[in-house]
Amino acid sequence: MWKWIQAFASPQNFYRISGTLIPWFLYPFVFLVTIGLYWGLYVAPIDYQQGDSYRIIFIHVPSAWMSMMIYLIMAISAGIGLIWQIKLASVVAKVSAPIGAGFTFLALITGSIWGKPMWGTWWVWDARLTSELILLFLYLAYMSLNNAFDNPKKAAKASSILALVGIINLPIIHYSVKWWNTLHQGASISSMDKIAAPAIHPDMLWPLLIMAIAFKLMYAALVLQRGRDEILFNEQNMRWVKDLIKGGER
Amino acid sequence: MNIYLSTLVRELKISIRNPSGLINPLLFFIVTISLFPLSISPEAKILSEIAPGIIWVAAMLSVLLSLNTIFHYDFDNGILEQLSISHHSTALVILIKSFSHWILTGLPIVLLSPLMGLFLFLDENSIQVLMLTLLIGTPSLSLIGTIGASLIVGIRSAGMLLALLILPLYIPILIFASSAISQSQAGFEITGQILWLIVILLFSLMLSPFISAAALKINLD
Repeated sequence: MWKWIQAFASPQNFYRISGTLIPWFLYPFVFLVTIGLYWGLYVAPIDYQQGDSYRIIFIHVPSAWMSMMIYLIMAISAGIGLIWQIKLASVVAKVSAPIGAGFTFLALITGSIWGKPMWGTWWVWDARLTSELILLFLYLAYMSLNNAFDNPKKAAKASSILALVGIINLPIIHYSVKWWNTLHQGASISSMDKIAAPAIHPDMLWPLLIMAIAFKLMYAALVLQRGRDEILFNEQNMRWVKDLIKGGER
Repeated sequence: MNIYLSTLVRELKISIRNPSGLINPLLFFIVTISLFPLSISPEAKILSEIAPGIIWVAAMLSVLLSLNTIFHYDFDNGILEQLSISHHSTALVILIKSFSHWILTGLPIVLLSPLMGLFLFLDENSIQVLMLTLLIGTPSLSLIGTIGASLIVGIRSAGMLLALLILPLYIPILIFASSAISQSQAGFEITGQILWLIVILLFSLMLSPFISAAALKINLD
């Protein structure tokens, strides 16, 4: 079993399998994102309170979900790479970080674009916004630590440790920020009832879920593609890479 | 003398013989704080309102600055390598090093803080709370900071990087500590914040020596 995992997770195997898998994620993503955007932007009814501007939710909320999910994936695979010395896991952690940071940034930007007409300001020191911002800092710290080393092996290990420390800290940060905000000010939160009631209109819920799935597919495709590139770069002196380049694609 | 005690004695001796490393963070602490009245307002009302945040941020930054060198010389000298191949527990020695770091930077900051509180017009009760939060909080700063310092030990001129790694992890401490002080100014109960600070201290006491030891091992390979 263990040998099988090791063999399966060998860079060469990953390169081969990921090449065939990418289209299976990429095309459903394109399909779903088209449906989701059409449904969300045209079909879904206008919100009685927020008018059309609520429609940014179909980008905003899925990206916020992704930003957290990717950090979790990154930390878990960093841990796997550190403990069981599986190279592939470290690669997944490394290539996930910029994607996760991208989604975090997207969530912050869309949130602020949404906040301007709704709350009348680009930024509020609201608990969720603040913890999302700190999450972005954690991603950036991970990435810059990863870049700071000359030796890629050391870089992978050291930044894995940082990712794990971050995941231990994340709940504490989340609750401290939540608590900090409720202690200081209450007024700005009342505008946070954007998803007014749990009973959200199905024509709003469905495109939201579709977009969330589409984003996950996009993440999978991106990780595979970036992982492929990373592996080619790491293994550039290996026999199979040289053969591959001589023999053309695949 | 056992290695843990001798490490402690050695750290203290080094800093006493080269006191600039000891004094500079404290001077930084004082100078940074004195910039705020100049830049914001000398008014007592405003200053006493923002004092908890200012003092805590300044304390954090001076701890951060002094963390840069905690492993630096030991790494260059090969002491860390000797340590890692010896039969002693690296984690315990690191714990001692963090402890001595706290004695040399955290504790002086705690002792200086009443003065800074007076500068910023904190009332007597708030100054006591400030000292309490610093007393519980600064050891966590040293412990968590040690993780960052051991991650970057082999990298040249990584001061900025250390700040980027460590400051996000310091945020909960900052929030609980400064909110404890401002709550006490407003006359509210602060047990919750203090207990949270203790929780963070205990967690970092348990985990960070081991994490730092693992990080050092990576950098010594």
